[in-house]
Parts: sequence; structure tokens; C-alpha cells
Amino acid sequence: MEQLQITSATPDSALLDLPWRVPLADWPADVLAALPRGISRHVVRFVRLHGRVLAIKEISEQVAFREYGLLRQLHKLEIPSVMPLGVVTGRVDDDGEPLEAALVTEHLAFSLPYRAVFSQALRPDTAARLIDALAVLLVRLHLAGFYWGDVSLSNTLFRRDAHQFAAYLVDAETGDLHRELSSGQRTYDVDLARTNIIGELMDLAAGELLDDDVDELAIGDALVSRYTELWEALTGVESFASDERWRVAARIERLNNLGFDVGELSITTDIDGTTVRIQPQVVDAGHHSRRLFRLTGLDVQDNQARRLLNDLDSYQAATDRQEDDPQLVAHDWLQNVYHPTIRAVPRELRRKLEPAQLFHEILDHRWFISERAGRDVPMDETTTSYVENVLRHRPDEKAILGLAPGEEDPELDDDLGSGPDAAPEDDHFHLST
Amino acid sequence: MATVTFDHATRIYPGTERPAVDQLNLHVEDGEFLVLVGPSGCGKSTSLRMLAGLEDVNGGHIFIGDRDVTDVQPKDRDIAMVFQNYALYPHMSVADNMGFALKIAGTPKAEIRQRVEEAAKILDLTEYLDRKPKALSGGQRQRVAMGRAIVRQPRVFLMDEPLSNLDAKLRVQTRTQIASLQRRLGVTTVYVTHDQTEALTMGDRIAVLKGGLLQQVGTPREMYDTPANVFVAGFIGSPAMNIATFNVEGGEAHVGAARLPLKREALDQLTDADEGKIVVGFRPEALNRVSENEVGAMPVAVDLVEELGSDAFVYGTLVGPAASEAHVQSGAGENHVIVRIDPRDVPMKGDTIHVAIQPDQEHLFSPSTGNRLV
Repeated sequence: MEQLQITSATPDSALLDLPWRVPLADWPADVLAALPRGISRHVVRFVRLHGRVLAIKEISEQVAFREYGLLRQLHKLEIPSVMPLGVVTGRVDDDGEPLEAALVTEHLAFSLPYRAVFSQALRPDTAARLIDALAVLLVRLHLAGFYWGDVSLSNTLFRRDAHQFAAYLVDAETGDLHRELSSGQRTYDVDLARTNIIGELMDLAAGELLDDDVDELAIGDALVSRYTELWEALTGVESFASDERWRVAARIERLNNLGFDVGELSITTDIDGTTVRIQPQVVDAGHHSRRLFRLTGLDVQDNQARRLLNDLDSYQAATDRQEDDPQLVAHDWLQNVYHPTIRAVPRELRRKLEPAQLFHEILDHRWFISERAGRDVPMDETTTSYVENVLRHRPDEKAILGLAPGEEDPELDDDLGSGPDAAPEDDHFHLST
Repeated sequence: MATVTFDHATRIYPGTERPAVDQLNLHVEDGEFLVLVGPSGCGKSTSLRMLAGLEDVNGGHIFIGDRDVTDVQPKDRDIAMVFQNYALYPHMSVADNMGFALKIAGTPKAEIRQRVEEAAKILDLTEYLDRKPKALSGGQRQRVAMGRAIVRQPRVFLMDEPLSNLDAKLRVQTRTQIASLQRRLGVTTVYVTHDQTEALTMGDRIAVLKGGLLQQVGTPREMYDTPANVFVAGFIGSPAMNIATFNVEGGEAHVGAARLPLKREALDQLTDADEGKIVVGFRPEALNRVSENEVGAMPVAVDLVEELGSDAFVYGTLVGPAASEAHVQSGAGENHVIVRIDPRDVPMKGDTIHVAIQPDQEHLFSPSTGNRLV
């Protein structure tokens, strides 16, 4: 006689209270939580248990254990994914007939399946932001060596994240962890994602849950281009002549614009030193403020911290000090770059902006004029140009600080003629994977 | 429609020394249903993923028809991975569920409808085309999923353990459906499973892999009747073949008092490396109950009798002198012998029965190489 067995790294005896002798499809309403469900090939139910909400999926024992193991591994890799709680096996009904095993995961609080997001009347760019979030998740999974095998909106949950969405993997049934993915695996995943997304949106359209003017194909295609763009930017090897080192900063800038930050940059120089090759290695965003504070004692806002740290990183790369103690490099950067730059701004103009914001704008300005000059413009020259051409004409501090995060400064836009995004990529980079 | 050819195809995962698939040579005929089967880690799924373009090929080539697809992207290979995605869309009709991939590809509406109708006819889904998936049974939903692949008219179907996440009942049902559907469509199909019963019941031919190496390829009958080596012998067939090591003396194989005359050709193929021994395989259904005094009689102590109605199997242990030297193995584990017996004449647990191998029903292998003799 088989016995009910719960396999879990964090056993919770409350799980035993659930009606395991009943097929999941027939579970009584009083244990179920009313939550929107995605499309699944299996029976999935949400259950309220001692203040938590669990997702339970009926599935064969072998597949359940496999998926449980994969989800645990994804957690160790810090990939946004649902938390697996355990596998329930040895289920029998009251007549002694065996029932399928069940995979138990913890429901992600505040998360929304795409159906819920789309069926609400949300802003028109919602679809684009969902796709962005999914592309970011897919890129992160692929960087970690995870082949999904069935990428879809249904297999993803979305959480609101300030003005964006963050995507979480909820179904790893068809997935596989590899040391590294082949390009075939990645393109297959992306192609399947496109097909599935378009299919899911067509389904919403068929159910009259989608605005008529939504273009399903365009949204599916957007995932492919967004993914490709991210992947290229994150993993592409870029080479350039050694006197064009401003390109290191330009590359970092471009990654920032895509919403990523560079943790490490692998830099190789060929034997005679004429060509430099760089390849970024990516870290998650989020800890910039703390990292900058730890390194320099500067206490600034997160986006400013990001910007300053990136300049510190390119300083480290440009001065060939990858092996040095980061604190020492940071100290030198403060002494040789940051403070001199701020001090170079006339005192009466310096008050217009916070120092960190000033520095951020000077970096922007340097990117712009280096780009235009086709050479690496030094900081002192940049600062002079910035003060004369930009800062002097600033209306006042409040207008800038009043901008929403991420919003372009209209005046800077005017100066640049067009935003950095508008510049054709091929003019700046030689990218190859 | 197309043939599929693996030509010395090799896959070595980064950081490993032994290839996951080692110099695979395999030719699948146009319209053939080929099953790749073997234990976990044998390389069967890797082989399929190489064909799908999901794994890099580190050596050799893969052809679909005459086209070398070794470096072609998955979506450009004209293949369909069946069952990878079979969640059905609740608001779309069955027809739209089947045809949406064509719609995405920009196929004209009239052609989509035509292809969907053709597929529906083959799948017995015609009357459901305008209904929603909700109105379908589990088996019909499976068929809609197959329809998705069929309407794309790929040259090759690939299926990787498609039944593994179905419950037991639906598994047997779907197994039959896939096999008969494939015959009707005549699309070349490569199917991966770890389950030898699935392989035997579905494939036109079966390729058995182990440790990245192709062990044998042949029809189910060939695999069953003439396994090429000890591994295939033990892997194909249910319950599994009994395999024992006997001593060779005077042209006969011995275990205790039991004698088995050996053919000259088999004896000639034994070498010094075999150290005067021979591996004898005998299927549970190739044994007769005999009297104790018969020449080939082997005494078996009954541990368990499994009665299945039409059949009954004795799970027992070879006893008598020298029995422990025989290194018997079977599906029931070390030192166990499985015997099919008449379900109307069943021994009791603890009894000793005598069995002999039916004439010419033994399989002989070299102990040193594991390869089939004769």
C-alpha cells in the first residue's frame, strides 16, 4: 500500500490538512483561493493555507520531481521564479485508486497573470512593458544557462515594479539547465515565445478581452527584437582601436539605457596594443547606492549612484587597474576625477544642482561631445564646455529635479539634437557574438 | 517528407570528456517511425535535440533529405516538435487553435482553412472545428495539439517523451493514436522514450542507445529475436530476459547439473578472453517446466508468483550446485529468474520448480565483449 508522502526542503505539516484523496479538479471551494488562472495543460488550483497562498499542479511524479528540482536551482541562481515548496506523491482516492502527484509552489504575492493585466483597461504601453519584462527574464534565464522550452505569457507572472513590470518564471516543466546554451536553444526559445505570445493575444482578442487596435503580431515581434537587442548588448564582444577608449564608456552607457548595469568588463588587448576588445558581464541592478557608499562614502540616489559607479568602472578599466583593491581605485577616482570635476564648476553655478547630479550631467555632456568629436574628450575640457554651454543656461534647479525619473531633460535633448537612442548602433559599435 | 541521416554525429558538452553522443550513424527512411530508446543519460534526447538544432554538433553532420542542416537554425529546419506546446486557447475555436501558427506566418485564410480541415479529418475532429476546446475530451485536446503540428506540414516530426506527463490511461490511449496517425500521415518521425514497451509498440524501427553509443537498430521483432549484445538483450522485452553466465565444457554450457548443448559456430567464436565461460540469455516466455531428471533442467525456488490472468510469472532464484556462480540477472534483479508459466497450474511460494530453455530459444553472448555469438 502506497502512502502519502511529501518531499520538501521546508516541510510544513499544514500541507497534510489538504484534501489529497480528492482529484485536484474536484477540490472543495472552501480550500481554494479565488485567483485568476493562466492557461495550463494541467489542473492547477490556488489554495489558501494558514495565511499563505499555494499553487498546486497535478502532474506525473517524475515530472513533478524534475520541475521541483529545477525551480530550486533557479532560486539558487537568483532568477525571478516561483518558490517550490514540495512534491506530494503516493496519493490515492477513497477507492484506493492512485492519483497523480502534485507539485506545490508558493504563489507570488501581488503578482498578476497577463490575462488580469490585459483585461483591465490599462495604459496603451502596458503590452510593451510586459514584453520588456519578459525579454529581460528570458535573457537572464539564458545567461544562467536555462533553456525554457515553453516560453509564454501563461508561464510567466508579472509584478508591478515602479513604472515597469518584473517578470517571474512560474512553469519550468519543459526547462533544462545547461552549462551554457547553444544559439539553437536560444533562438528556439525566442521563436516559441513569439508564437506563444501572439497565440495568447489572439486568444484574448477572440474573447474580446483585448482592444481591437492591438497588433498581436507586432507585440510578438517586439519580444524578439527586444530580446535580441538585450542579448547583443549584454554579451557582444566589441573591439576598437586603443585610442578610442571613450567607447568603453559608450558601451556602458548603452547598457544603462537598456536598464542593465555593468558589474565587470572583460578587457583584452591584442599583442601590439592597437586593438581593445571588451565584453561586459552583467549584474543585477539595485545595490548601486550601497556599493557607491561603501566605496566612496558618497550618499546619493540610486540612479545617480549607478551613473557614478559606471564612471568609476570605466576609470578602473581605462587606468588598467582591474587587479587593484576597489577601495583604493575608488579613492583615487574621487581625488582625481570626481572632486576636481565638481571643483572646476564655478562656485556660484555649482549651487544650481546637487553635486552628484552635476557630475551625472557632465558625464552625459562628455559622452555627447566625445561622440561628436570622435575622440575621448578629457574631463577638464568637458567641464568647461558643460559650464559654458549647458549649466549657465539652466533655468533653475527645480525644473530639473521636477522631472520624473527616467524622463529626458528637454534642454539636453535640444543640445544633443537627438537622444542617444536615436543614433544608429552600427556607427558606434562593432558587435559580434 | 524526408529522410533523416546522422553521419558520425557527435556531441561533447563543454567540460566533459566523454561524448554525450558518440559518432552516431543512423539513417531514417522517408515516412519511417524511428524510436530512440535507452536508459537515462544514454544520449537519446541529445540526439533528438541535435536533429532539432537545439544542441550544437561538435563532429559529423546531420541531414534532412539531402540538405545538410548541421548549422541551420531550428526554425529553418522544417521540423515540428510535437507536444512542446499544447495548452489550448480557451476563447479560440478548435480550428483557430490548430491554425494560428499559419496565421502568424501569413498563410492566406483559405489555405489555412483547407489545411485545418484536412488535419481535422485525419484526427476525427471535423465536427468539433467550430467549437471551443472546453467542449473536448482529454484525448481530443491531445489531437488538437497534434493538429497544430500537422497543419504546418513539416518534413519531420520530433517527439521527446511526449507521453511522460500524461496519466497512465491517457498514455496508452495516446500511444496508439500517435502510432496510427503517423502511419496515416506518413511523415518521418523521430520519437524519444525511455520506455521499451512504448518503443516496441510504436516504432517501425528502434535504435537502442547506451552511454552515447548506438547499440543496435532494427525492427521491434529483430531487437527482440536477435539482440546484438547483452545490454540490448536485457533492455528490450518485458519482463526482461534472464541472463546468466555458464561454464563451457565439452561443447555444453553447464550450471550445476543442468546442461545446454551449444552450437559449433557459437563455440568457435569464443576466445581465450572468455575464460571458458559463456553468457546465456533466455526470456521468461522461452522456458518450459520440466521434470527434475531432464537434461537441461534448472531448479528454481519460487519467491513470488505474479498472476495477470492471461499469464503468470514466477519470480524465483536459481538453486542447486553452482547456482551462485551463474551470476543470473533479470528484470527482477540480481540472482533472480523470471519464468512464464501456465496460469492454470501455478506453484506455491517456497516450491521448487524445474525449467528448461525451449530448443533454439537461447541467446548466446561472449562474456568478454558482451556481443552476440552466432
